[in-house]
Amino acid sequence: MTERKTKLTIRGLTKRYGAATALDHVDLDLTDGEFLTMLGPSGSGKTTLLWSVAGLNHPDGGKIWIDGRDATSVPASGRDIGMVFQNYALFPHLSVSENISFPLEMRKVSPRDRSLAITRALEMVKLEHVGDRFCDQLSGGQQQRIALARAFVANPSIILMDEPLGALDKKLRDHLQLEIKRLHERLGMTVLYVTHDQEEAMVMSDRICLMNQGRIEQIGTPDELYFQPKSLFAADFLGEANLIPSRITGEEAGCLIVELLGMGTVRTRSTPPRPNGPNVVHFTRPESIAIQADAENKANRLYGHVSEVVVSGAITKLFVHVGDALMKISLLTSVSQRVREGERITIGWDDDVGRVLSRSQKEAA
Amino acid sequence: MARVDFFPNATARRRFWPKWSRLYWQTVPVTLLLVAFFVVPVVMLLGISFLDGRGLPSIEHYRRLVEVPLYGKVLLTTLNVAFWTTLLSVVGAYPVAYLLAISRGSTRNWLIILVLLPFWTSFLVRTFAWIVLLGRKGAVNQMLMAIGITDAPLQMIYNFTGVMIGMTHALMPLATLTLLAVMEGIDPNLTKAASTMGAKGGTRFWRIYFPLTMPGVASAALLVFITSLGFFITPALLGGPQDTMIVQLIIFQIREVLNWQFAGAIGVLLVITFMVIFFFYDRVFGLSVMGGGARAPKPAPRSSIRRCCAHVGKTITRALAYVTDALIGICSTPRMTRKSGAAGSRAGLYLVCTLILGFLALPTLFVLPVSFTSEAFLTWPPTLFSLQWYRLVFDSPVWLHAAARSFAVALVTATVAMLIALPCTFALSRNNFAGKSALFGLVVAPMIVPNIFIAVGLFFLFSRLGIAGTTFGVILGHTVIVIPYVIVTVLAILKGYDRNLDHAAATMGASGVETFRRVTFPLIRSGVTASFMFAFIISFDELTIALFVTGGRITTLPKLMYEDALLSVSPRLAAVASLLLVLMSILILISELTRRKGGTRLGK
Ligand SMILES: Nc1ncnc2c1ncn2[C@@H]1O[C@H](COP(=O)(O)OP(=O)(O)OP(=O)(O)O)[C@@H](O)[C@H]1O
Ligand SMILES: [Mg+2]
Repeated sequence: MTERKTKLTIRGLTKRYGAATALDHVDLDLTDGEFLTMLGPSGSGKTTLLWSVAGLNHPDGGKIWIDGRDATSVPASGRDIGMVFQNYALFPHLSVSENISFPLEMRKVSPRDRSLAITRALEMVKLEHVGDRFCDQLSGGQQQRIALARAFVANPSIILMDEPLGALDKKLRDHLQLEIKRLHERLGMTVLYVTHDQEEAMVMSDRICLMNQGRIEQIGTPDELYFQPKSLFAADFLGEANLIPSRITGEEAGCLIVELLGMGTVRTRSTPPRPNGPNVVHFTRPESIAIQADAENKANRLYGHVSEVVVSGAITKLFVHVGDALMKISLLTSVSQRVREGERITIGWDDDVGRVLSRSQKEAA
Repeated sequence: MARVDFFPNATARRRFWPKWSRLYWQTVPVTLLLVAFFVVPVVMLLGISFLDGRGLPSIEHYRRLVEVPLYGKVLLTTLNVAFWTTLLSVVGAYPVAYLLAISRGSTRNWLIILVLLPFWTSFLVRTFAWIVLLGRKGAVNQMLMAIGITDAPLQMIYNFTGVMIGMTHALMPLATLTLLAVMEGIDPNLTKAASTMGAKGGTRFWRIYFPLTMPGVASAALLVFITSLGFFITPALLGGPQDTMIVQLIIFQIREVLNWQFAGAIGVLLVITFMVIFFFYDRVFGLSVMGGGARAPKPAPRSSIRRCCAHVGKTITRALAYVTDALIGICSTPRMTRKSGAAGSRAGLYLVCTLILGFLALPTLFVLPVSFTSEAFLTWPPTLFSLQWYRLVFDSPVWLHAAARSFAVALVTATVAMLIALPCTFALSRNNFAGKSALFGLVVAPMIVPNIFIAVGLFFLFSRLGIAGTTFGVILGHTVIVIPYVIVTVLAILKGYDRNLDHAAATMGASGVETFRRVTFPLIRSGVTASFMFAFIISFDELTIALFVTGGRITTLPKLMYEDALLSVSPRLAAVASLLLVLMSILILISELTRRKGGTRLGK
């Protein structure tokens, strides 16, 4: 596959609201056709970043390039984007097809091509029959799909979506996730997506950008973010994690020797960024820990007592007391490998799944 | 116990009747009062126009209306004045309402007060201020001559210009508040969404924002238009003989000629004018638009007029969008950044709004300096400083009695109106019952029907009942016109009240009365207080009802001022106006601040 060219470049983007800093020197690159999802706690600056890319706010510093051209002072109307607003922002005084027609009219598409494109867009979201209705005569999910159709119809080169599925029920959300994904694959535009929902981010994105307090905490593929978090914040924000206060006691053959306080000593392959100072937090995902027979051939082994077993369908969760600490372990539920509460248990993991993270969040940045 | 679910009909009936009877007493006082002192007198007034001098049915008055050209001419003048007032008021109000809608926090609060102060300041005081400003020896003429722009004073009042200035000044706040209600409901993301689709500034305004504000423009225009049709204070004080409006004819017929039947006939003419206007309005915009809300009228399939208007409107806004974009394109140089462009349009908006708000707020202040003049008549600049005119007012038993009576009337009116309107408002806001919309219509009708009808009708009725010319009569009349305001403002508060709070209290074991006393009332108290104050202000300021119902025997403060102003415009009047202005401003500030405090508590 050939190297894709860069679609969007952001350097040093800063946006302040009074004393509060919503964006703090953000750098970001998007390749053409990429699907990047912004994830982060409420107020971390996701919407602000999206609006800066759209040209809807005035950054206090930094620059934005689109297709290699400086777009920092280009107004929103000149950026060739499509945007789905969190609250849909459908024009209430226009019918559904007039709504979808609007971006086409702005791009001076001829009336004939326009009606063709509208029909196709409505077909795409499977709402052919609602063209003449007004938006308040549609259900929330239908409005959402119209907003999607309106963002996609003019084939913009960048699509921005701000929690577009936020208000929908699980089933509709799953359906529309697939629909968006399919549209993206078929039309190949660059997508910048904002969501609160980790699962959604994992399912849909090429890369995830984790935001925290106006800064990018970590950016990478869903897999990287999940299994190789670079900071305590990233480890804690995504999914569940065993975060054990630890001390680095030595180094041996490319491995750090880490003392999990009150639990025992383990070895972990040193992966950058390496925290400075010996006091760290040791991170493992509950999924990367094996038990009993499976644990025997792992590099790190510890022993403990099962304190609680929770079977939730396909996944079984174990809570295991090791020394003073409690480890969470997720296993696929199996009939053969039954564990009972109170049982003595061996747990183990390889030396490349554990990671050491800086204790305070500042140091990691 | 019997299982009632086997008898669905029986339960339905059982539930229906108690509900009916409970609502019965809550709404009954208001209904009775309005039927007796609003519907009956107005119908009577219009009815007697079909009788002749001997009390027999005849259409002689209508023949006279048609045959004498004067009346047609006055109707045309009235429509002309109303049209221009509407145009100027709405055009002026639009940018101010927009600025209010987009500003936040304390800026917004102060801007609102700047609009509300003139809204609630007495028409009389404001009209009087214009006389001070625009008269031959008024402030404006003195200034123009001092600068040397003119040698002789310009004629700015006692003609059409004067009427226009006075009426626009009087009604622009109403238009602003109506527009604001709609603009606040518009999602600011919509224009942003349009810009992400490639729409430039002009297109965003004309094709997205403006159509969305259209319901507000339409209802503001209708409100201003029908209110101007019923005006008489401003044309009487600021206009010349050729600017006589139709209500002045009614007043003339009753006060000078004592021809009630012909006055009634002129009233019918005005009613017909109203109905024609409502008819066309409904055809074009739909009367449902009156309710506000940022939803544009939908093309009703049955109304071809509306569809046609929508089409024309669309074409016009498109053309305007194109022209505006082109103009912006020419004016802005390529070097101009996005930021400076936005800052430029902001500055333009601020400039325009400052001018308009200045026009609204400043003129009234001119009554203050002239009230301290030491000369015997109004001059500009006034020769300061003397309290002689205030002394004159406070030494005069006539003025003091009038003030005392106005105060008492306002206090009693506001109290009575609150007492009977509150239960009715609760019933209206919380329950659905048979005849609810009819009751609501009855309740807001006195707001729409010009006060002159109520005033004349009540005088007619009261003369027969023998209570014309009594303070009691004035109180009754004022209660009728104050009730709609009380109900509408309290309804707005109750709409923002989360009924789950009551349910929550009930789950904690509070009885209905306890819930009201401990939860509901504390939460709506400030709103109710503000509403009481507005009722007080309306009654204290009211002229039309007082002018007729007092029947020359007793007088209220506004009536005394009006009659004084018709005779001569003296510094004494300026002193009274100043006192009134200061007093009212304090009252308005207090009630606005209490209302706001309540608003935040209700989480709005
Ligand atoms: N118009 C504004 N005025 C003042 N502060 C603002 C404004 N918009 C955003 N902020 C502040 O900027 C910060 C980032 O806001 P932003 O809306 O980008 O967060 P977000 O990540 O989108 O949050 P959420 O997930 O809740 O939507 C927040 O602290 C917010 O309070
Ligand atoms: Mg957001």
